[in-house]
Formats: sequence, structure tokens, C-alpha cells
Amino acid sequence: MQVEYISAFNVILGVIGRFWPVWIALAIVMGASFAYKKKLGLYGQLFDTGVGVVGVGICLFWLFTAIFASTVAPFDPLAQVPIMKDALPGGIEPVSKLVYYFGGDKLARDVFSRMVFGSQIVLIIAPAATGFALMVGITLGLPAGYYGGKIDTVLSFLANLVLAFPVILLFYLLVTPGIMDTPIPYAMAGLFFLFPIIFFSVLFWTRYKNRPDRLYILLGLTLVIGGWVYAGLVFDADPLKIVHIDPNQLNIFVAVVFASSPGVFRIVRGLTMDIKTRDYVAAAQTRGESPWYIMLWEILPNARGPLIVDACLRIGYTTILLGTLGYFGLGLAPESPDWGTAIKDASRLLRSFIHPALPPTIALMSFVLGLNLLADSLREQSMKD
Amino acid sequence: MLSFVLRRLGTMALTMLCLTIIVFFLINLDPNLKKLAISQTEMHTSAEQLESWLAGHGYRQNFFVRYGQWLGVLPKQPVTDAATGKPAQRFSFCNDPLVPTYSGILQGDFGCSTKFKTTVASKLFPALSATGILMLCVLLVMIPISLLIGILAGMREGSRTDRTLSVASIASTATPEYVSGVIFTVIFASWLGWLNGSAASASQGITFYNFTLPVMTLAIYGIGYIARMTRASMVEVMTQQYIRTARLKGLSFGSVVVKHALRNALIAPFTVIMLQFPWLLTGVVIVEVMFRYQGFGYTLVEAAGNNDIDLLLGCSLVSVFIVLITQLISDVGYAFLNPRIRVQ
Repeated sequence: MQVEYISAFNVILGVIGRFWPVWIALAIVMGASFAYKKKLGLYGQLFDTGVGVVGVGICLFWLFTAIFASTVAPFDPLAQVPIMKDALPGGIEPVSKLVYYFGGDKLARDVFSRMVFGSQIVLIIAPAATGFALMVGITLGLPAGYYGGKIDTVLSFLANLVLAFPVILLFYLLVTPGIMDTPIPYAMAGLFFLFPIIFFSVLFWTRYKNRPDRLYILLGLTLVIGGWVYAGLVFDADPLKIVHIDPNQLNIFVAVVFASSPGVFRIVRGLTMDIKTRDYVAAAQTRGESPWYIMLWEILPNARGPLIVDACLRIGYTTILLGTLGYFGLGLAPESPDWGTAIKDASRLLRSFIHPALPPTIALMSFVLGLNLLADSLREQSMKD
Repeated sequence: MLSFVLRRLGTMALTMLCLTIIVFFLINLDPNLKKLAISQTEMHTSAEQLESWLAGHGYRQNFFVRYGQWLGVLPKQPVTDAATGKPAQRFSFCNDPLVPTYSGILQGDFGCSTKFKTTVASKLFPALSATGILMLCVLLVMIPISLLIGILAGMREGSRTDRTLSVASIASTATPEYVSGVIFTVIFASWLGWLNGSAASASQGITFYNFTLPVMTLAIYGIGYIARMTRASMVEVMTQQYIRTARLKGLSFGSVVVKHALRNALIAPFTVIMLQFPWLLTGVVIVEVMFRYQGFGYTLVEAAGNNDIDLLLGCSLVSVFIVLITQLISDVGYAFLNPRIRVQ
């Protein structure tokens, strides 16, 4: 039986057509943003420059692709159709009459569907890991910069210790299958996931300690939600069975947080040392505010500009890290559709087939590019003030 | 200045000590030792045999004793042959001494590679020199191009050249090595056929044909970053009073840029270039695996994939040393280049 092919023009049309939910969502969000850009603050200002619009557009495109992945992708990312092995782009699958838009890979899976589903893995892990790294970096960087002295020396030494590891070595040591038999990843997860709970508890405590009616509600919510997620992620003991993470993914997650939090720590520490000399901090000190109130409610809000820019860049960097992990076959399952694993599989066969290699590389590149453009225009906008 | 360097050297020694303990601990975790024993013994060995192999090769001594032996502050003991009761060599292919000797990192003995059946030193140092050649080529390509792009972009802030070059540098920082490597291979090796998609033959002799793709791939990720830093530094210098003074006294724009701006604008990129080395190290691993070039990165992956304890420790030691020494050079060099800090 011979596989029939459609023309290159029809492939392009077909791919654009498959993304229809993404285009609709993109049109609604971008249209609304343009209409109300005066009222949207920093986000609205992004739409003043071409670079900003392109950056937001690319990021939203991949966000919606991840959300609507099961509608966009014609096939299951793991499904194998033997006749489609190494099929060229545009091959028609004989049973369902659906098209393998970007061809089939060496295991006869649809390259297009795998690319679409790969975005889900990246868009869940990268922002979440960056979020945790921000929490860890902020919670440790604020006191290091504010108090200075011994705390600063010890914490900075630890941060430099982690930064002195070449990332690839760190991953080879931390993301091996053997390490899952030891308690190390769980201990590290237990430590890192404590930081958000501590952060929010201190945040609400310092602000509302004289208003118990608000305080108890917020603290209670933090502890219940935080504890629930904590139990689910670290001990896999969520009583409702909603929060669950695969041990492999937990390991990757922890390693990525571990590798990127010292960078956040350094930035927060530097910003804190700069901001603590300002007059409004002196005013707060004279009022007799507690040190943690000053750090979290006076210094942190004024450090948000550079932190937002850094967070954008860092999500992109985390995406690159995840790709590196996939490329070396560390942590993620070998059949996982994430972009790094797909690049690894395809790059070994570049001599015979190039079509499975291009979609994941271009996807990864465009997403990171979108984030970098976004960060660049955010930086420009925040410099204008 | 001297006390500053000495203090930094002290911190560096402490950092290395801490890092090697951590690496030593992680490599010698029980699952890793088990895997090593399985790969070193015959198929279908029982748990007891694995255990006796590990004990017989000295892997079951106290953790700190073993770390001390590796470091060279405790004597390495020969193992006892179970059959004869006499002292025996741990690994015959390494000529381990039969009497207790101090033979660790401090004495220059890196240990024994179980994967390549030879001493670590004879495997690691040729690999390092191969990577050194690669790095040298990369730096020779990367630094002039990135400085040129940065200066051209930062010379006239906001011009069309600036915007084009800035977007190009952002695009290059968004392209990790495994992406640019695949794209370059597709374009230059598969379609055009100009270059070789594998650098395996570069170990025998480096040619333009087999060495261009790895160098290009490695350079492209760093170029964007250094160019952006150079641009930022150049933009800042161009707004200074002394540039305006030079322009007002009638010097041409070109000579102001070359004589007045350039020297001050190049201090910041120096630090950035030095701090690029740790990133280049990760890139080296990816590129060497992708293009099959037998260098340091390739050795590291082989060592990690086969639980080759001593070789991996040697690789970690080298990479951590490179990271720390470049940090030191960047700090000292920055103080040396910047007169304001030098005087203090």
C-alpha cells in the first residue's frame, strides 16, 4: 500500500487550519488588549512597539497551543501507524484520511502532533519552575541584602557554590535514574516547596498582624492550599488525588529550581542592597516597622520591574534547560513528546531524514525568542518611567 | 590588590573542597555503585557477588576515608586478594601500588577509569587539549564578531542598524546549541553539502570541512549575549560628557568612537566574556556529543553514562576549576582595567 501525499501549499494551509482555536483565542486576546491598552498599565504599553507585539503574540500563541493541544493535534502523540514510518511531510494516513502534516518520525508517530503536545510539557514545567525559583530567590535574597553581614556571607557562599557547577554536570548528578531510589530528590523538593508557604505566610503576617479578621482567613488559606499542594507534590499523598506529579518530573522540576534559584538570589540581593538606602525605607524604619515588613512591602514592590524582566528571560532559559535535559535523555521518558527529546531522536538521523528535526527546533527557538523579545520590550518600557 | 587576590584564592580553595565533597557524595550514592558493579562484573551476578566486588575493590570503606584517599591526604590501601590473602592491585590496568601510598589529587594522581581501562590522566588530558583547540577557535570567531556587532549597534542608539542588530542578537541568544547545531547541519551538510556534519575525523586533522560546523554552533549562542552587553556598555559611554566634548572640539565621529569611546566601552564585555566560560562548557558538551568530537565534553558524557567514578570526578574537578578561575580572572582583570577601582 502506497502513502498518498498532498502538495506543499496544502500542507501550509492545513497546518494553519489546524491551529484554528489558537487563532480565535489569539484574535480575541490581542484585540481586547489593543482596545483597552490605555487601562492595562505596563502590559498595555507593550503594544506600543512592534517588538512587544511580536513577543506577546508568540508567547500567547504557544500558551493557547498548549491549552488547546488535544483539539489542534490530529493524532495521539504516542500513537504509531506502521505504514507512516519516516513518511515525508503531507502524507495521508490511509485509515482515518487525516494528514501527517510534518511527516512521520522513525517510530511512525506524527511529528506535528508531537510538537503540539510537546508545548504542554514545556509550558507547565518552565513557568512553574521559574515561579518556585523566584520564591526561593526572593525569600533568601531579601534578608541577605537587607541585613548583610554573616547571613549574607553564608547565603552568598552557598549561591556561588551552586553557580560554580556547570549546569550539565549538575544535571548528570541530580537527574539520574538511580537517584530516585534515594531520598535526595524528595528532601530537596520538601525544602524548596516550603519556600512559597513561608513567603506567603510572612507576607500576610507582616501586613495584617493588627487586623486578625483578615489575617486568620489569609493565613488559613495559605496553609490549607499550600499544605495540600505540598502533600501532593512531595509525598504524593494528596487525600483528594488531584495534585499528583510523576517522580521523574518531580526530579527534573527540583533540579531546574535548584539550578536557577541562585541566579534569582543574586539579583534580589543586589536590588535590595540598592533600594534599602532610599528615603522611603528610612521612613519606614523610623515608623518602627519590622524588618520583614520593610523587605516585603517596601523593598520588594519597588524591585518588581527588573524582577519581571528577569522572570521572562528565566522562563526562556528554563525552556532551554529542559531541552538540554531532553537532548541528553535525562529524566524525561524516552517516548515523551517534549521538544528536547524530539530533537535528540531526530538529530541522530539527520543524514537520512531532516523533516522530523525541524518542527521541534523551530518551536523551541520561537518560544524562547518570543520570551526574549517580551523581556526586551518590558525592559525598555520600564526604563521610560 | 595582593591581599584581595589571596582572599579570593582562599575562597576558591574552600569552594572547590565543598564542591568536590558534594560531587563525591552524589557519584558514590548506593544506586550508582550498584550500577558500576553490574557493568563491571559478568551478566547474571547475584547480589552477594556484586557486594563482594564492591568490597573487594575498596568501594565499601568509610566515605570520608575514601574522600581523603582520593584527595591524597590519606594513604591508598591496596586491596586484599580473597583467595591468597596477599595485597593485590585494585585495577590491574592502572598499576596501582602494592603498598599503602599517598596518591590522590594533591599528588597528581587522578585515579583509574573503569570504562576505558586506563588511568584517568591518560584519558582526560588529551581530551582537554582537543577541547582547548575547539575553544580557541570559538573564541577567535566569537569575540571579534560580537564586539563588532555590539559597537556598531551601540554607536548610534535607536538607529536602524541598532534595531536590526539588536533583534539579531536576541534571536541568537534564543538559539541553544542543540537547535542551531541541527539547523546548521540541515542547511550546510544535508542541503548544500559544503560542510561535514560530523567532526569525528577532526581528531586526526582539523580541516575547514570538518571543524566549521562545531565552531559555528558554539559561537552563535555566545555572540548574541556578548554583543548585547557590549551594546549596553557602548550606549552608556556614548552619552558621557567627554564624548560630547570630543565631538564639539571638532573630531570626526569615527575617531571619537575609536579613540575615546572604545577603550571605556570594552571594560564591561571583558567580564562578560570571562563569565561566558561556564556557559561554553555546557555548550561544549552538547556540541561534542552532537558532532562526535572526542574532547572533554564527550569524555564527561561517557563517564557519566557508565558510572566511571574516578573519570567523572576528574571531569568535575576540571570543570569546577575552570569556572572558578575564570571568575577570579574576571574580578582581577576588571579591577585592573578600570582605573576607578584600581586606585581604591
